[in-house]
Amino acid sequence: MTKVTMTVNGKAASGDVEGRTLLVQFLRENLRLTGTHVGCDTSQCGACVVHVNGKAVKACTMLAAEADGAEVVTIEGMAGADGSLNTIQQAFQDHHGLQCGFCTPGMVMSAAALLSENPKPTETEVREYLEGNICRCTGYHNIVKAIMAASGQDVGVIAAE
Amino acid sequence: MYAFDFEKPGSIADAVAALKDEDAQALGGGQTLIPTLKQRLAMPSKLVSLTGISEMQGVCKADDGAVCIGGATPHAVVAAEAAGDYPALAELAAHIGDPAVRNRGTIGGSLANNDPAACYPAAALGSGATIVTNAREIAADDYFQGMFTTALDEGEIVTEVRFPVPEKAAYMKFEQPASRFALVGVFVAKYADGVRVAVTGASESGVFRWSEAEAALSSNFSAGALDGLSVPADGMISDLHGSGAYRAHLVAVMTRRAVDAAG
Ligand SMILES: Cc1cc2nc3c(=O)[nH]c(=O)nc-3n(C[C@H](O)[C@H](O)[C@H](O)COP(=O)(O)OP(=O)(O)OC[C@H]3O[C@@H](n4cnc5c(N)ncnc54)[C@H](O)[C@@H]3O)c2cc1C
Ligand code: FES
Ligand code: FES
Repeated sequence: MTKVTMTVNGKAASGDVEGRTLLVQFLRENLRLTGTHVGCDTSQCGACVVHVNGKAVKACTMLAAEADGAEVVTIEGMAGADGSLNTIQQAFQDHHGLQCGFCTPGMVMSAAALLSENPKPTETEVREYLEGNICRCTGYHNIVKAIMAASGQDVGVIAAE
Repeated sequence: MYAFDFEKPGSIADAVAALKDEDAQALGGGQTLIPTLKQRLAMPSKLVSLTGISEMQGVCKADDGAVCIGGATPHAVVAAEAAGDYPALAELAAHIGDPAVRNRGTIGGSLANNDPAACYPAAALGSGATIVTNAREIAADDYFQGMFTTALDEGEIVTEVRFPVPEKAAYMKFEQPASRFALVGVFVAKYADGVRVAVTGASESGVFRWSEAEAALSSNFSAGALDGLSVPADGMISDLHGSGAYRAHLVAVMTRRAVDAAG
């Protein structure tokens, strides 16, 4: 066991981990931050996306020990302290960007990473950025719509074929 | 995953020393190795992370104009930092997997793994790159030795990759839509002394140079120069995604598209 220390959603967090402990296991099991989901555990679905030092990563495919000293943000760090949804989360609700909600934490974290790199993405850029996030419910159109709306763009024209 | 120890050295020398232990293995971005460990297909006693070694990070330009990429540089950094000096290489990096994979996966890991459907091997072979390790420099022509096989020795790490910059180049990937790896990918690069064409995804012997296309394009760099040229279906990968004949056909199609895209 080795001790890891990181900042998670602005607060210091530490714990003992094995070499093989995944970041997602550390977040969910040690810190009880269960908003980050495990859909596939094979780096395909993106339900586990969190930010490490400002970059979107799949927490099922990174060792907790690799995040020692890092700045980690999870879905729990998105809402305000009073529970009020942030712009992206609110847009997902307003535009029905979720159904069962399983993929939503990863979708919101990917969307947040996209909008910090590219504040006004085109519809194509949004779809390309979500290549590693799989949703089996919505058919994606409303997720794309929500992200476009969160970026302050007109969503009247988003394809809904 | 079986249990293993974890080490994160800060220098190439310390990493090489740590890798001397029996069954120790290098860890790049983990985007291939961690899934492999989850399937219990490997049982290292210790993983030596290369991500904390600053001398293996980033993109720079050598005196001879070559673009040099640190062995532990993630795909997303190559996509951003090589865009000015070697746009075709940056484009290739920008289309590996998805954004989260590109934020972790590294060029050294990709070249060490030498997956027969990976993108970087096509760029390295197509550019006549030099693979620099802790011990020596290896020409791309000598480095790739069949699928998942390279010239690297046990414990040897890719510390840098040097790409001579061509006059024109492009990479065209026909994506396998589920994995986003190349079903067939072709990298075409035109240098003053000739054209190189490297094909990934297609052959059972891994990435290869299509020498007939190179000869035709060296005398006339246009898609028309490829008329009538084809690669044999023999030795091409045949699986549920496509037959060998289909892949052989795609090689010619993607080569034309790459020549057109290179302009
Ligand atoms: C969903 C998904 C989609 C992907 N799509 C693509 C794609 O479209 N195209 C593509 O090319 N790849 C794709 N990949 C693979 C990705 O590019 C990997 O990042 C890459 O193949 C391995 O790099 P890594 O740094 O993650 O290496 P790791 O997984 O850490 O290591 C892989 C192997 O290389 C060794 N190694 C690592 N670094 C070094 C080094 N510097 N020197 C010597 N040995 C080293 C390790 O010991 C291990 O054997 C995809 C991966 C995923 C999960
Ligand atoms: S759980 Fe990590 S990508 Fe699916
Ligand atoms: S809302 Fe159910 S998986 Fe996306």
